[in-house]
This record gives sequence, structure tokens and C-alpha cells, in this order.
Amino acid sequence: MSRWNVKDRHAYPAGGTASDSGNVKEDYQYDGRRWVIVGIVIGVIIIYIIRLFSLQMLNDEYKENAQNNAFLNKTIYPTRGVIYDRQGRLLVFNQPAYDVMVCMRNVHNLDTLALCEALDITRQQFDRRMADIKNTTLNPGYSSYTDQVFLSQLTVEDCARLTEQLYKFPGFSTRLRTIRQYNYPNAGHVLGDLGEVSKKEMAADDYYSRGDFIGKQGVESFYERELRGVKGREILLRDAHGQIKGHYMDGAEDVPAVPGKNLHLGIDMELQALGERLMENKIGSIVAIEPSTGEVLCMVSSPTFDPRDLAGRQRGSNHVKMTQDLRKPLLNRAIQGTYPPGSTFKTSQALTYLQEGIITPETSLPCTHGFVMGGLHVGCHDGTTSWNLVPAIATSCNGFFCWGLYRMLNAHKYTTVQEAMTCWKDHMVDMGFGYRLGVDLPGEARGFIPNADYYDKIYKKSWKGVTVISIAIGQGEVTLTPLQIANLCATIANRGYYIAPHVVREVEGGTLDSLYTTRHYTTVDRRYYETVVEGMRGAVTMGTCRRAASPDYEVCGKTGTAQNRGKDHSVFMGFAPKDDPKIAIAVFVENGGYGAVYGVPIGALMMEQYINGHLSAESEKKADEFQHRVINYGNTER
Amino acid sequence: MATRNGSLWKSVDWVTIVICLLMMAFGWLSICGASYDYSTTSFLSFSSRAGKQLVWIGCALLVGIVLLNIGKKYYQLYAYILYCAVIALLVVTIFIAPDTKGSHSWLVLGPVKVQPAEFAKFATALALARQVGRYGFTFRRRADMVKALAIVVLPMLLIVAQAETGSALVFLAFFLVLYREGMTGSFLLIGICAIVFFVVGISQGGHFLPHIPTDVGLFIVMALIPVVTAIMLRVYAHDSRRALIVIAVSVPVTIAALLASRYFIPFNVGWVQIGLCGLIAVWLLLSYLPSRRPVYLFIALFAVGSVGYYYSTDYVFNHVLKDYQQQRIRVVLGMEEDIKHVGYNVHQAKIAIGSGGLRGKGFLNGTQTKLSYVPEQETDFIFCTIGEEQGFIGAVGVLLLFGALILRLLVLAERQGLGRFGRAYGYSVVCILTFHLIINIGMVIGYMPVIGIPLPFFSYGGSSLWGFTILIAIFLRMDAERTVR
Repeated sequence: MSRWNVKDRHAYPAGGTASDSGNVKEDYQYDGRRWVIVGIVIGVIIIYIIRLFSLQMLNDEYKENAQNNAFLNKTIYPTRGVIYDRQGRLLVFNQPAYDVMVCMRNVHNLDTLALCEALDITRQQFDRRMADIKNTTLNPGYSSYTDQVFLSQLTVEDCARLTEQLYKFPGFSTRLRTIRQYNYPNAGHVLGDLGEVSKKEMAADDYYSRGDFIGKQGVESFYERELRGVKGREILLRDAHGQIKGHYMDGAEDVPAVPGKNLHLGIDMELQALGERLMENKIGSIVAIEPSTGEVLCMVSSPTFDPRDLAGRQRGSNHVKMTQDLRKPLLNRAIQGTYPPGSTFKTSQALTYLQEGIITPETSLPCTHGFVMGGLHVGCHDGTTSWNLVPAIATSCNGFFCWGLYRMLNAHKYTTVQEAMTCWKDHMVDMGFGYRLGVDLPGEARGFIPNADYYDKIYKKSWKGVTVISIAIGQGEVTLTPLQIANLCATIANRGYYIAPHVVREVEGGTLDSLYTTRHYTTVDRRYYETVVEGMRGAVTMGTCRRAASPDYEVCGKTGTAQNRGKDHSVFMGFAPKDDPKIAIAVFVENGGYGAVYGVPIGALMMEQYINGHLSAESEKKADEFQHRVINYGNTER
Repeated sequence: MATRNGSLWKSVDWVTIVICLLMMAFGWLSICGASYDYSTTSFLSFSSRAGKQLVWIGCALLVGIVLLNIGKKYYQLYAYILYCAVIALLVVTIFIAPDTKGSHSWLVLGPVKVQPAEFAKFATALALARQVGRYGFTFRRRADMVKALAIVVLPMLLIVAQAETGSALVFLAFFLVLYREGMTGSFLLIGICAIVFFVVGISQGGHFLPHIPTDVGLFIVMALIPVVTAIMLRVYAHDSRRALIVIAVSVPVTIAALLASRYFIPFNVGWVQIGLCGLIAVWLLLSYLPSRRPVYLFIALFAVGSVGYYYSTDYVFNHVLKDYQQQRIRVVLGMEEDIKHVGYNVHQAKIAIGSGGLRGKGFLNGTQTKLSYVPEQETDFIFCTIGEEQGFIGAVGVLLLFGALILRLLVLAERQGLGRFGRAYGYSVVCILTFHLIINIGMVIGYMPVIGIPLPFFSYGGSSLWGFTILIAIFLRMDAERTVR
């Protein structure tokens, strides 16, 4: 029985107080009006539910607004890994520095001049920087609510000066960051530097945000991922007055920063420093490798730079200066310079001829003041003789190796000269030439090894062995990087294999790429390497690099004198001790003349330093002398 | 006719009680959420708002139980005395209440602050019910109607005098009660027209129709007047013929004026429309003279009065309303995007509610309310905390709880026997709750101007909680006696 039924009322007799009776007619007349009120209540509730639905379910804008309101996302920067040398000396570490941050919304009544003075910048720099920050093309993450990097890497002293006056500049604050600091002025090319992340780098990896630092060169760049660690995140709660009220969900959503991994280099900093000293006032490079591991012991590229010049606030202006320097100090010639290898290349030729059966260790080839064929004459310093391989290497006989290549390219075992050339090229590539070795530094050059197609194109297929004969002595089209020469030397020292040269020997808490742990055996048999080793030993005992000899250990070496447009380049490669090689080295001095003039003595000093751990007094004197020898390169771009 | 406790236990409406208790519980949790600020250790300490509210809830329950045990006849008997006492209290309050944010509505009694306006509601409801339930009361008699209206308007004026306009507006809810009890609906229609004309005039004013030099607000209002006039003729005068003539004349004339202004001589179409309204009024006046039916006179007055009203709104808006009131209205009408000053509250309220999503952020996990982005979050803006922490589900749950409570009370009101005393009182409770719901939640979600009135049973504060408890407890007692008898 419905209580809504009007008739139902008669079930209750009128009674009680007097006022309960009467007005019966009016009672019935307006009963319909209850539905108006019911309609209002239900209508409003439905409208409000729809509104709530649109606010809470359809619109994400409010959620974002709420997060912008309440959450202050703070990045926690991990400490970057530090770098040690071979002996565990600390090379690169972190020092506190400060970034000046600006939150545009809070900047009011700024005394621009006072700020510029406190920061030691000009009004123009200030205006440009403010414009850059607000430019969303340059700075896609811009928000006037959040702190933006205004100026980075202030030293502790600079920051202290600013902090005193900071209260005058609402909206500006400082943030503690770290700056790279160096214990040695050496190995700039290997260590590399850090710079502010570029727009392109940000686009490539969304780990980075504006104002972050990233390795730009050297190990800092190649091992960026290991060194940088992983940024952490704190979500702080900010109330309506801008005060921090603690961590969101008591820190449950916070992520701690993971510190970067430390690196141990194969570089011996004393050896590196000596190499840089010896190369002063000369252009060129020195690369030394531990043959058994492929670890790079030193990598000198001259002219070099002090890595400290590329850290901190002065980085920008110094970088510009170095880029404009005609001698290109930023170029790492050890891996980026490609040169004709000269006579050092003859060792690779000997190995190829032996492996291909073109010659045997006993084969004698004639030299008549070099190689004479038709109108072509490749000169040689010796007279008219006939050598077999060991003395040919020791005396660096041009005739022998030209004849050898001539024989190979005309050998009956190949149907065409192209086939012979392809076979030659395959051996070269296998020894690590013509392609990148894969050193753990950015920007390695390939060098160049010509192949049959290349000559077909140049000579329109009408070429013979004689046409290309100069490649047998490391001239002509062939170019190598100093690293590739050093790697050839290491391969010979190892009697037939190499491990891709690498600068970093250990990543703390990580593993090295398998490329840096696997031996790569070349196509040439070990016994032929022994013959070449004998030849290189002969070069030291009785041949072209007698000045490399040491009373303490057996040195093997090979000089090179690379012809080019200017004065010849002075080249040396060698390793020692002969039977248990600890160091294989390549020295390349641009326009240094004969290999024996610069290459051999510098190489000898380097080997002595590394094997003995110091230089004898006599050697020290010699080192001084070489340090002060100047090669005049004139005023042309190198 | 006193009811024994045992039978009261059986006869009282438990549905209402359960809903009210649920609301108090949910409300208390919301206050915990709103007042929690990461350093809160206990909600039970009297120094915290949650702890205090617990005490107020306890007192409210006690008051409720006491009131349930007082017989209906006493309420009837003392209705006027109570009313007079409350009116006296309101008058006294104006003079002795200290200044609280510009209003003089709070009496300070030691540690407790009381707002008499909250108690004026039930006293007014009782007095009105007694008046309406009086034998022979009819709205047809002018003296009866004036008495009923006076009972409502007197406390309203006193509360306005306390500068507590929000609470005063609540008394408008009684007009709906009067409507239910037989007062003519033209009051409501005129009221709705007043609101619509005001809103349209203010929000659409200030710019012209395309290519016609006529104010949009003026045009719409002047177009509506003949339409409403026609409806009134049809409904109140039962004169379909004249209603049809009004429409048949005004629509073509307005369209012709629009076309002429657009394509011949540009002029203000509004003048033609005003002329039409005047014409209608004169014609109705002529109809009144032979027939002597006053309804024609009233409708003619309505047409003329509406034109006058339109022109006075501009004056009222700019000169009568205070700056902050003007701005609140402009923000609500969407004429101003102001998220920093006047619109700040509502903007932050919408953010808090909107960020709740379907399920909300969880109890005590709301960030916007916790970090003080929403002002008045424990009192008038408590619904934000619910929206943020309990999400759409919780917010809709609260709306449905209110819907259930109001409709349940409406059912109870309708079954209050032949006497109108119980029913009028019941409807007073229903309409007051409805008014609070519409204004409070509407304000929080941006549909209503910010008028500071609490959400019943949810907002922090003893006065409002006791006020509503008293309202409902008295009504439940009346309802219980209906069956016990």
C-alpha cells in the first residue's frame, strides 16, 4: 500500500489538535506540486553528476594542473664516475660548482645591472641568456614555474660572492652541481671534456634535459653512459605558499640517483707526459700499446691541450680559440690523422708475400739503386745488391719490396692482376688497415687501402703491377692512422694476432666489450712473423734504427720516411723486449725528415721509460734536447 | 500523548537516521582528510579540527535524542515563542557579535562560537508550519499570505543586517514550501524570470547583434517578455485567445524590425520591442477595464515591470552590488577568467575535484586540499576533499546520499496526515537541505557564485551540524507520532 496514495490519508482519521482538520480541498488541489520539488532535486543531482563526470573523468587538464600545483619534481644528479690511470693515479674527479637558476614567475623588479655585476657578465649576455631561456625552440622544456639554468658552473668563490647579494634578486637561486677537475695537464685528447648538452643530443636521448652536461670528446664521450650514472628524482610537495611540505607519498615515488661507474685507463700517465714533452713544438703523435692486451699505454697527439682549459666557465671561449688555431690542437691525430705509413708498411708486405708463397725467407731479390722497370724508378739508399728478407727489412730496401709486389701482382696463381690485388687487399684489411680498429674513442678515421675496383676506376682498367708499385713501400694511395701503425707493430710483437686497441682497461662494476678481450688472428702464419721479427731486430742491431737499441732489453724496430708534398714525415715503429713484448709503439712526426731523425730516438726514450720505469740520466738529457727541438711548420693550416 | 521510549524506537524512521549517521561519518572522515597536513599525529585530539568535530557530532547526537523525546504538541505549542526568541537573538547578535571577516553573525561564548542564523532555520520552519497549518489558513486571503511571508522575510532581513548574505539567501527555500502549500506559482515564475533576465542582461550585454545595432542582452530579454506574457495569459488567465494574439503580433513584428534594421535603415530593434511590450500592456489594461479580472492587470504590470527591471539591473549590478559580488557574478557567468583573485577558490576547487579521477587519490592522499591550495576546505569547500580523495565514485556517492535523504524526507512530509503543520515543516527541511546542496556543491564545481553556506553534515562546524540535526530530529519526532498514535 503506497503511502503516496492520496486516498491513503483517509486511513488516518482527522483528530489530535484542532489545526489538523480543514483545508481538505486545498490539500488535494496542490498535490501535483510535490512533483515539481522532486523534479528540482533529481534534476539538480543529475546535472551535478554530469558536471562531475566531465570534471573528473573527461578532462585531464585538471590532473596536470594539480601536479603543477603540488609537485616539485627535483632531479638528483648522480656523481659522475672518476677516471684513474694504469697505476691507479686519479686523473679526473669532481669538484663542487654552482649553477645559477632562474624561475621567471618569481622575478620581480630585477636590478639587472647589479645582477650582471655580481655574476660578472655584460648586459648583452644577460639579455641574450634570458631570451634563450624563454625561446621554446631552443629550450623545449621551458616553464615559467620551474627553475631554469641561467648560468652554469660557477666556482665556489664566484658563488659565494653572488650568494651575499642573492636576496636582492627574487627568482634567482643557486644549485649545487659538480665540475670536472684534473690532476694532470696531460692526455686531453684521451680524456675528452664535458659540455652542455646540445639540442640534437637532447633529441637523440631523452635522458637529457637542458643544462645537463654530456661528454663531448674522448673517453668522456665514448663512455658517457657508464660515467654519467642514472639521474634520481624527488617529488616534493609544495603548498599554496610555495613552501616545501615533504616528500610525496613519504618518498615512495622517489628514485635515488645511481652514481656513475669509475674508469681505469690503460694509459700510463708518466709515459703520456713524457710523450707530450718530447712532442712539444712538433706536430705528430705517439701511440703505445701493450701487445698482449691491446691496452693503449699512451696516446699523444701534438699539439695538445690542457684538459683544465675545457672545464668550467672558460670552456666556451677556450674552445673557440682552439677551433680557430691553425694547428688544430683539438684534432686527435693518433686516431684521426691519416698518413702514408712509409717503410713501416714493408713489414706487412713481407708477411703477405711469405704467406702467399711469392717469396721464402731465403729468396733474394735484386736492388739496383732501387726498383727500375721501364721508365719507372723507385729509388733506394743502398747500392747494387741482392738481399734476402731479413737484411731487406733491416736496411729497409725499397727494391726488394717493390719486386716482391711486382711478383705477386704478376704471379700465375692469380688469373688477373685484379684477383692478385684483391688477395693483397684482403690481407691488408685483416691486419687492421682500411677500416676502423674500433678503439674506444670517438672519431676514429679509417685510413685507406686501395682495391682493384679503385684502380680500375682511376686507370680505366689499363693498369699493371708496375702502375701501383709504390704501395709496397707504404706510399701512393695507402694511408694509415698512427694507431693502425702501432697496432701493426703489436701484431708483429704478438707473432700474428692483435686485440683491438682500447684506452679503458676496466669499467668498475661493468664489463668491457668483447671486442677488447678477444684475440684477432691474422691470415699470416706465426712462423712468417718470426722472420719479420728477425728483420726488425736486425734493423736495430745493424740497420736503420740502431739508435733505438738499449743495453737492458732487446728492441725490434722499423723506421719509415713517408714522402709527401712537404718535407718527409719521420716514422718509427718498434717493440721491446723482443721475446716478451711489453710495449709496441708507433711514433709519427710530421715533416721530421728521416725516420731515424725524430722517430727512432723518441720511440727509444718512450720504451725506456715504460720498461725501466724511468729514464737514465743520459736519456733524460736527450729527452730535454728533443723537447726543445722545434720544427717550423710556417703559418699554414695543418 | 507522550510516546514511550520503546515505541519510539519502533516508530522512528530509521532510514533517515541511518543516512544522517552515514553522512556524519563520511563528513568526519572528509574533515580528517581536509585538515591533515603531514604533521598531524592524531585525529582525536581536541586541538585538531577533526577532534573538535567529533565532539560536535557527539553533542549533536545528544541534542537529537533529546528532541526526539519531546512530543509534537510542544513544538506546535511553542513554535511562535521559539520563533520570537530566535528573532530576538538575531537582533541582539547584530549588535554584540564581533567582526568576523566583515560579518557580525557569530556569538562567542567562551571557547565556543555559535551562529544564531543556523538556529533561525528550524524556528522559522516551525513558525511557518504553525501559521500555514492554522485552521482556515488560505493563501487566497491576503492577510494570511502577508503573515506567512513576514515569518520568512523577517529573519532574512535580520541576517542580511548581520552581513551574512549567504545564510539569508537560504530562507528563499521557504518560498518553495509556500508554493507546495498552495501559494500561487507566479511568484516562482517571476523569480525565475528575474534571474534569467538578470543573467542574460549582464552576460549578453555589451555587444551587438551581427550587422544590427542592437544590444544582444536587450534583444533577448525583450523577446522573452511577450513569450512569458503569453504563457501567463494561458496559465493564470486561462485566456488562450489573447495569448495567441500576443505571440502572433510580437513575433512577426520583431522579425520585420530585424530585417528592416539589417537591410534598410540600421536602427536599434530594442525600441520596437519595448514599444511592443508597452502595446501589450496597454491592450491588457483595456481588457481589464470591461472584465474587471485583476489577473490582466497583473500581467500588464509584469510586461511593463520587466522592461523597467531590465533597465534597473544594469543600475543594480553596477551600483547596488558590491565590487566583490559583481566580480563573483561575472566569474560565474564566464565573463571573466580570473584564476588569481575572485576565481581562485573555484579554480583551485575544480583542480582538486578534477584531479581525483574515478577513484580518487585515496584517504589522506589528496595533495591539493592538503597543501592548502583550496581555501575553506574544511568548511564551505569540503566537497573538494571528497572529490579529490574519493574521486568520482565518492562525489557521486555524496550526491546520491543527499538525494536519498531529501527524497526520503519528502516522502515522510507527504504522509503527515491531514494537518498541514507536519507537512509544511517537513517541506521546510526538504527545501532547506535542497537549497544548501544546490548552492554549496554548485559553487564548488563552478556552477554557482561563491556563497558561503555549508554542506549539511559534511562541513566543519558545530552550529551548522546542530542546526541540521535539530531540523531533522524535530521532524522525525513528528513523523514517529503519526504511526504511534
